[in-house]
Amino acid sequence: MADAAIDPPRREGPALRASPTEEPSWFRRSLIAVVVGLLGIALFAPLATVFAEALKNGLAAAISSLGDRDLLAAVRLTLITAAIAVPLTAIFGLAAAWAIAKFDFRGKAFLITLIDLPFSVSPVVAGLCLVLLYGANSAFGAWLIAHGVQVVFAVPAIVLATMFVTFPFVAREVIPVMQEQGRSEEEAALTLGASGWRTFLTVTLPNVRWALLYGVLLCNARAMGEFGAVAVVSGKIRGQTATMPLMIEMLYNEYLSVAAFTMAALLALLALVTLTLKSALEWRYADQLAASRRH
Amino acid sequence: MHIEIEDLAKEFGLTTALHPVSLAIPSGALVALLGPSGSGKTTLLRILGGLERPDQGRVRFDGQDATNLSVQQRRAGFVFQHYALFKHMTVFENIAYGLRARPRRERPTAAEIDRRVNKLLALIQLPDIARRYPAQLSGGQRQRVALARALAIEPRMLLLDEPFGALDARVRKELRTGLREIHDQTGLTTVFVTHDQDEAMELADLVVVMSMGRIEQIGAPEAIRARPATRFVREFLAA
Repeated sequence: MADAAIDPPRREGPALRASPTEEPSWFRRSLIAVVVGLLGIALFAPLATVFAEALKNGLAAAISSLGDRDLLAAVRLTLITAAIAVPLTAIFGLAAAWAIAKFDFRGKAFLITLIDLPFSVSPVVAGLCLVLLYGANSAFGAWLIAHGVQVVFAVPAIVLATMFVTFPFVAREVIPVMQEQGRSEEEAALTLGASGWRTFLTVTLPNVRWALLYGVLLCNARAMGEFGAVAVVSGKIRGQTATMPLMIEMLYNEYLSVAAFTMAALLALLALVTLTLKSALEWRYADQLAASRRH
Repeated sequence: MHIEIEDLAKEFGLTTALHPVSLAIPSGALVALLGPSGSGKTTLLRILGGLERPDQGRVRFDGQDATNLSVQQRRAGFVFQHYALFKHMTVFENIAYGLRARPRRERPTAAEIDRRVNKLLALIQLPDIARRYPAQLSGGQRQRVALARALAIEPRMLLLDEPFGALDARVRKELRTGLREIHDQTGLTTVFVTHDQDEAMELADLVVVMSMGRIEQIGAPEAIRARPATRFVREFLAA
């Protein structure tokens, strides 16, 4: 059936009459086989294994392993971190994208490089920088601690580390879309009497809302899953500063494999919920999505 | 509203878009800024609309200094080269945008907005497209919607940047007549930018020929045809 869709009837027949721009069918089939095979080995099999391991001793065992107080605290901390870091990253990303796409100013190239920095710097290095800056050994960190603000080995550092790592996600998604839109719709809104803020809300934002949504979803997935940077700054105090990924590692190292894999499955499920949400939105607003791309 | 332009100049970095230019546009006139690309005509139009700030010189509307008026305060109906319709809004919402953007106490009621939008749709002779999105319109329809949207704010003047540039020849002719009719009905001082001399000569009361950021000649179409003031004008018209 799939082949019928790819090959319109008129193209069947002697090989000489095949479209000159199309690859032969054996070639297409082997390409598809390679892609499906790779996806299976690299994506589906590991994911299936995680769930299989988690449910090795039955669903009841998996659920009861989650009853542990420290594990629940880890889930809560991960959700709180994402809830703080994702909106802030989205706002910063949107502001940066707006500045880069709509205005010309000195140092623009530098700003773009700066936004990409988290992609090129190892998360562990980012974590270490935060420890050096906010830890008790620096003047600034000491001053903060003297005023009762504990950053390192506490929730603020976990949020900061997560934000550092996820910073490019929203900006990178939104910048190309905003650049493609150009400035004329905004200018039109201004000539019609709209204020800058109203123009942003009613013209700029709706035009990038899909890119923004993708950025936020990617950012959210990474925020919940970040390991390296958070590991350095958190101190891994069980029940207090251990996020889900950190907890998974600790449980695994202690040979508590059912608990470890249950946590891992839960983390994977959170990511799947995010993806489902995205698909549901795409399905619900398919018309608008198509309309905004057609013009 | 009559417009006076006094020694306006504008540079973008190292390039001079406008050498000091001066021009008086009488109230109710239909004026063409004619010239090749890079002649400064669009820059001049954008300065009038408040989208660019001149480096020097003054703009006066009805004798009052308007140089430092914000783009919102100018109330210029601006039609952009590619119309810049809001893609995610229907035609109705596009036209109503300027009315809805007004501060609360000046904003018309929903019923009044409805009435005005429908009146404008009738004026552009497209009464049935209110619920469509810009992507579902032809080029000519988009141009007329952009015109209606600009007229909705009860502008003090109408500024059009290459209003027929993106259209094929047949639609162009038709819409030229349309613009002339709307101009005559509203009586608005209208300035449009074009690189097409036929368009300028056929449509405008007053043609301003520009080249390299300078005004080469100002005059009625017949006068410019009969007596080109400079070599540039003569060669441009012959082309």
